[in-house]
Amino acid sequence: MDLNLVIALGIQIIYGIANLTLISLGLAIIFGMMRVINLAHGEFIMLGGYTVVISTNAGVNIWISMLIVAPVVVGVIGVLVERLLIRWLYGRMIDTLLATWGLSLLLIGLVTSIFGASTATTISPPLGVVSIGDYTSSAYELLLIGITVALCLIIFLTLKLTRLGLIARGTMQNEEMASALGVSTPRIYMLTFGFGAAISGFAGGLLAPVTGVLPTIGVAYIAKSFITVISGGAVILAGTVSASAVLGGVNGIVSFLTGPTIGEVALLFAAILLLRLMPRGITGRFFRKGL
Amino acid sequence: MTIFRDMRATFTIAVIGILFMVLAPTVLELFAIINLTTAIALAMLALSLALVWGYGGILCFGQTAFFGVGAYAYTVAAINSGDAATAILIAVVVAIIFASVLGYFMFYGRVSDVYLAVITLTVSLILFSLIRRTSGPEYKIGDALLGGFNGVTAPPLNLPWDRAYFLFPEHVFYVAMAFLIIAYVFTAWLVRTKFGRVVISIKENELRAELLGYDIRLYKLLIFMIGAAIAGLGGVLFCNGVGRVTPDVFNLYNSALTIIWVIVGGRGTLIGPVLGAFGIFYLTSALGTQSTINNNLILGIILIIFVLAIPKGLVPTVRDWMIERKDRRIQRVRERRIRTRRTRSSTQNAEGAGE
Amino acid sequence: MNKGEIVLETRNLSMHFGGVRAVDSVNFTIWENELRCLIGPNGAGKSTFFKCLTGQIRPTSGDIVIRNLQVAGHQSHEISSLGVGIKTQVPNVFDGLSTEENIWLSARRWHNTAHANRLTTQTLDRLDLGGIREKTVGRLAHGERQWVELGMVVVTEPWLVLLDEPTAGMTYEETLRTADLIKTMNETATLIVVEHDMQFIRMISKTVTLFHEGKILMEDTLENISSNPVAREIYLGQRSNKLEQ
Repeated sequence: MDLNLVIALGIQIIYGIANLTLISLGLAIIFGMMRVINLAHGEFIMLGGYTVVISTNAGVNIWISMLIVAPVVVGVIGVLVERLLIRWLYGRMIDTLLATWGLSLLLIGLVTSIFGASTATTISPPLGVVSIGDYTSSAYELLLIGITVALCLIIFLTLKLTRLGLIARGTMQNEEMASALGVSTPRIYMLTFGFGAAISGFAGGLLAPVTGVLPTIGVAYIAKSFITVISGGAVILAGTVSASAVLGGVNGIVSFLTGPTIGEVALLFAAILLLRLMPRGITGRFFRKGL
Repeated sequence: MTIFRDMRATFTIAVIGILFMVLAPTVLELFAIINLTTAIALAMLALSLALVWGYGGILCFGQTAFFGVGAYAYTVAAINSGDAATAILIAVVVAIIFASVLGYFMFYGRVSDVYLAVITLTVSLILFSLIRRTSGPEYKIGDALLGGFNGVTAPPLNLPWDRAYFLFPEHVFYVAMAFLIIAYVFTAWLVRTKFGRVVISIKENELRAELLGYDIRLYKLLIFMIGAAIAGLGGVLFCNGVGRVTPDVFNLYNSALTIIWVIVGGRGTLIGPVLGAFGIFYLTSALGTQSTINNNLILGIILIIFVLAIPKGLVPTVRDWMIERKDRRIQRVRERRIRTRRTRSSTQNAEGAGE
Repeated sequence: MNKGEIVLETRNLSMHFGGVRAVDSVNFTIWENELRCLIGPNGAGKSTFFKCLTGQIRPTSGDIVIRNLQVAGHQSHEISSLGVGIKTQVPNVFDGLSTEENIWLSARRWHNTAHANRLTTQTLDRLDLGGIREKTVGRLAHGERQWVELGMVVVTEPWLVLLDEPTAGMTYEETLRTADLIKTMNETATLIVVEHDMQFIRMISKTVTLFHEGKILMEDTLENISSNPVAREIYLGQRSNKLEQ
């Protein structure tokens, strides 16, 4: 195996890991702080994609659409959802699951009714390719790796330095505190849900040039992001990143060896095995005091 | 919920079901009967989740996985063996084995309910994306090509003693309805046995059931496997109703539908989710013929409304309302009787005073 | 004193949570037909010790031996299946079911349906629960729910009974009745009772084991412990005059 292939393959695997992290972080934030699994997570990603496509086609600079407009718009939607729906269901975990699933269907239906069931006008990836010897790698994929790292860093600093972060750390380590919080500081929950939604919208916006947008595109993400977050456990960053590394790594290597279908099976089996060994996720056993 | 119940209501419902089975083909057209067979298959799936979730408390969001596995196993087995009876048996066994492996991991790993919901849902979605990719000629089990996105044509049911005799759609309807009635009576009986009562008690309080000495992991695994068998059988009926099986049986929309049937019909009843499945099936069929309102939109709204406003579901809500009304009537009758007695005695007193 | 056979024994039993030693190398022994109360201030480790015995948590290290059987790390249902009756601190009952159904489920674990029905009726009479027989347990008063749970223990006719604060939330009269019930049970079974209420302990106990900071501090009659200055100090630090009530 020549060196260029190793580098190209390495980049591919790292991109896979970064991609998993990117699509899972929004879900992880909401789960870590509120112990709520948001089944409309995929639709938040979808909405991010639509926001970017629409605003770019309306003449907004594509970078501004992706980096600012998408997270802000979806973040606001997240806050609205929390106020109108989620807050009635605190302490009723299963009902929250069901209600967010209803929301997921509702959003798919709404977007289909407005924009139609087929692909909306797509936008082209704004960067070219980078060549490594005989192999090429998309520059945009490299950029996504960089942005994911930066995003993790921002979340790390937010958790480390701000008051919201302090509360977040408390709830991550103590489940009772998370449930007690719902009563004492509903504002924190509102902000958390909005923040998580914004991150999901951000991810959706960034991925829109790669995947295009469809009302049902959320479905393509949710299975993977659920597995990642559940395997990671309740600690937001350490959990998501470590689970992404394990699952993305397994998926990347097996996909390279046997093709994408078996790669996906391997990802599932890795996740099931992981959960059998650690029912509370990786951070249920390791990095418990992490961020 | 109560575990001491008799079977009277069950038999009444079963008799109504049998009457329906006999009468429906005489009034309905063939197209409606074929449609009805599909609805019955879905009702079977609803019944399986009513048992697993409503009685077992197992939050299985991916019950369609067993439904789809049953449908695929039947189709592949029927293509290879040419005998529907064997294929049905294989389908049910495959669904049970699949559930036992998945269930072993979840219950013996003591995965909590929310995790369980997400894992089962994910399994279903992974099956969806996997089977979608099997369009090439290399994806072949015996003589059966899996066909990827387009799925496989399901061979129709034939008679066990005469493989060349394929059943007509009305006969498939009779078979489907008979299976549904049997499955309904069986599950209603099951939840009244010791096994069923323990399963209900585990839903009520896991720790207490365990402290009484019941191995809750085993009970959960068993009820999960029984549910999978019923769902798998539903899958068999489904691919006979629509004539083929596609990866769409595993998609998110169908998983959501299953949950909605149970929520709308009510957890803790068996007939509720069955009626829920029929109701939603005909609602979505009616909506499907027009294009202004999207099905997803309607289902999403129904789910949210039920979670927020009618969390118990229709059948328990109506039942509670009727019990309350009956209680109130009894109360009223009693009060009236007391009042008349009092008036009578006061009149007597008055008469006595007049003397 | 003829102590008879050892029923339950722990050797160097420890349970650590992170750096906290909730139970620290405890050696505990109880003989047949004994009635032992476990006392100690909050956080002394008696509830954690109880959870180790009942299999609700897996101890970090050490042995638990019930009738010559090593059970440390066994599941709760395995321990219960030895014939051990367990009542937890918070009433653990089937809230959605009736009193009768609760007790029946316990009886049915050991007997066939006909026998279980008979035993259930007997227990309902014996514990005077006939009046709430068909009531949903979730709607009962706290003390009544405690009694339903005691009924679930009694109906199995256990030979070893583990009770965690059985009288919590009970009225004085209910507490008296519970003391009587426990004494009756002690005629056929060995009992370990975790308790706070000194008055109640005085009603039932012979030997008392005092826990402090995860260890057994002393094991003696209640009178001797009450008059011991160290024991008084521990309790006085917690709540004054507790031992003198």
